[in-house]
Amino acid sequence: MDEKPTRRVALKVLGATLGAAAFERALSPLRELSEITSVGDFMQKHYRELSRDEMNAVLRRLEDETQQRYGREVTIRDVRPTEGVQFAYALNLSVCIGCRRCADACHVENNHDRPTHQSYIRVLEMTSGSMDMEQGNTGYDHTVPAEGKFYMPVQCQQCENPPCTKVCPVEATWQEPDGIVVVDYNWCIGCRYCEAACPYHARRFNWHKPEIPAAEINPDQSYLSNRIRPQGVVEKCTFCLHRTREGRLPACLEACPTGARVFGNVLDPNSDIRWVLENKRVFVLKEELGTRPRFFYFFDV
Amino acid sequence: MAHSGVPHHLSYPRFLLKVLDRATDGTWRFYAWMFVLTAIALVGANTWAWQVARGMAVTAMSDHVSWGLYIANFTFAVGLAAGGVMMVIPAYLYHDEDMHDVVIIGELLSVAAIVMALGFVVVDLGRPDRFWHMIPGLGKFHWPVSMLTWDVIVLNGYLAINLHVCGYLVYTRYRGERPDPRWYLPFVFLSIIWAISIHTVTAFLYSGLGGRPFWNSALLAPRFLASAFVTGPAFIILSLQLVRRFTAFKVPEGAIRRLLDILRVAALVNLFMLAAELFTHFYTGGHHAAAVRYLWLGMHGHHELVPWMWTSITLNLGAVAVLLTPSLRERRVVINTALVAIFAAVWIEKGMGLIVPGFVPSTLHELVPYAPSIAEWKVTAGVWALGLMVFTVALKVGLQAMTGELRAPGAQADLAVEEKEVA
Repeated sequence: MDEKPTRRVALKVLGATLGAAAFERALSPLRELSEITSVGDFMQKHYRELSRDEMNAVLRRLEDETQQRYGREVTIRDVRPTEGVQFAYALNLSVCIGCRRCADACHVENNHDRPTHQSYIRVLEMTSGSMDMEQGNTGYDHTVPAEGKFYMPVQCQQCENPPCTKVCPVEATWQEPDGIVVVDYNWCIGCRYCEAACPYHARRFNWHKPEIPAAEINPDQSYLSNRIRPQGVVEKCTFCLHRTREGRLPACLEACPTGARVFGNVLDPNSDIRWVLENKRVFVLKEELGTRPRFFYFFDV
Repeated sequence: MAHSGVPHHLSYPRFLLKVLDRATDGTWRFYAWMFVLTAIALVGANTWAWQVARGMAVTAMSDHVSWGLYIANFTFAVGLAAGGVMMVIPAYLYHDEDMHDVVIIGELLSVAAIVMALGFVVVDLGRPDRFWHMIPGLGKFHWPVSMLTWDVIVLNGYLAINLHVCGYLVYTRYRGERPDPRWYLPFVFLSIIWAISIHTVTAFLYSGLGGRPFWNSALLAPRFLASAFVTGPAFIILSLQLVRRFTAFKVPEGAIRRLLDILRVAALVNLFMLAAELFTHFYTGGHHAAAVRYLWLGMHGHHELVPWMWTSITLNLGAVAVLLTPSLRERRVVINTALVAIFAAVWIEKGMGLIVPGFVPSTLHELVPYAPSIAEWKVTAGVWALGLMVFTVALKVGLQAMTGELRAPGAQADLAVEEKEVA
């Protein structure tokens, strides 16, 4: 009478063991995780909760990891905002010729993935006489500027009322005091809700580990901007804060051959950006959404 | 009442052991079914592990269509979970005796569907290893600003409520005791409101995004609920018939009839809202109609979603016609076919018909199509298999407790009738 149940239990235990073994085998690809993460990464606190010392330790760890994974010695700094500075950007649509040199400069400066030729800037070729983006085209492949067309580069608008930071479930993205919207790449969980919320297609997700040959890496990096991003997190344009917060200009602006781009501190009455905002009839994209962009467009007429 | 004397700290572990025993015991059919589901779940787990290790590039998603099959199924699973409440309302608010006998099936379906919904969120994360960043206190929980944090709360809350109600009823049955209404009735009523909230909050995830005109509609939440009250009852009616065929549990015909009535009304309301939405988009035209045009008619030479949508609407209309034809009421096979059809129709509507067109055309009006990759199908099948395993095992144990097969030694066995009077 006792024997049957015992046999049954034994069979169940055998089944459970086989099941557990199969499960362990099924999950074995996770062993590769050491390629993309580390104990230090797992334990790391949110950017805004790191003390100076902790931040320095994190930066050194990230430099080491870059050395290991990409074979290049880099410097990663934590560049903070300056009080009394509010950045804004303006773009002159009358002179932009759609050469996409801004997009290429962004690609290089920000250590983007090489195979996908990633960039934070998309340039729309628009039909003259229409602001209808539906008539626009980003995939043009001919000599520019083309007859009857004008060109509209679009990147993060650094909204004053950003829909993307609102939706983040873990506060991995926020607006800095100088107006720049940043992402803590080591805190983002990769849900991509921000990507769905952004009305300007400004955010990018790292669908795989970024690939960059060691020689092409820009070694001048910062934590919140152009350091090589981890796999599985969201990234975006930061107005090149590692440059602009130290008085330099964004890479996209420096690359522009026509001078279409104007950047600066709106709180400085003598700045170029202030002059443009005061003297040109500027407009913003999708004003009706109430996002209040810090990125302005204007025509030179 | 012989068993009532045993203290809970002794009786509960024994109960759990017994549950484990019963959950893993069954006919060859049960083992075959569970074996197939386990195999599918393992394929899904393996594909997911690759996705985590190698990156989400194994999916067909892109920066243009950044949510796809996973979030589509998440949305659908939330609806399924909310749909279970359509048994709870008749049973507890209208004292429908027949429904009361089988109401636990709806609650167990909610548990399984929530497990699936949570599973679909986890497989959609680029960095599941950082999951702890979401835990309040430990990480940074962006509540109340982020709608996603609301969803985390309502989904886990709904899971907890249903686990409590089902667990409590099964455990008291096991002990041969009469369930104390104070310990479960308040939770049953809470679960009714909560069920509405899970699908409402899930709709708000999308409808709150101003940059996505296709989702940015106040009708989204009501439509979610209407379609949930189609799929939930459809799934339960089919499950009830399977229970009737494969177990000793008695399924009253009245419960099935009542669920069919609810489903008929919900299906009509859902179609009405669809018509209202289509009218508004097509008659107005312009940019706000772009996604709808792409979805139903195709645009700029792209027609990827058109076959899906016309399949969905054909199945939907066909099923509704069948369900509303009086002469077909007694034709069980025909009715069941219609239920499967309408279930599939809503699955398409919530998936390829709701999540994907939110991204096509993109916010810069680029038209980048999306079709799920093989990896996404595998992971999706895996999560469904997991959900069905949970549902099967939960039903098995739950129904055995209801029929008195799962009982502590010496516990009284004739409470089935009495308990009904309490509620």
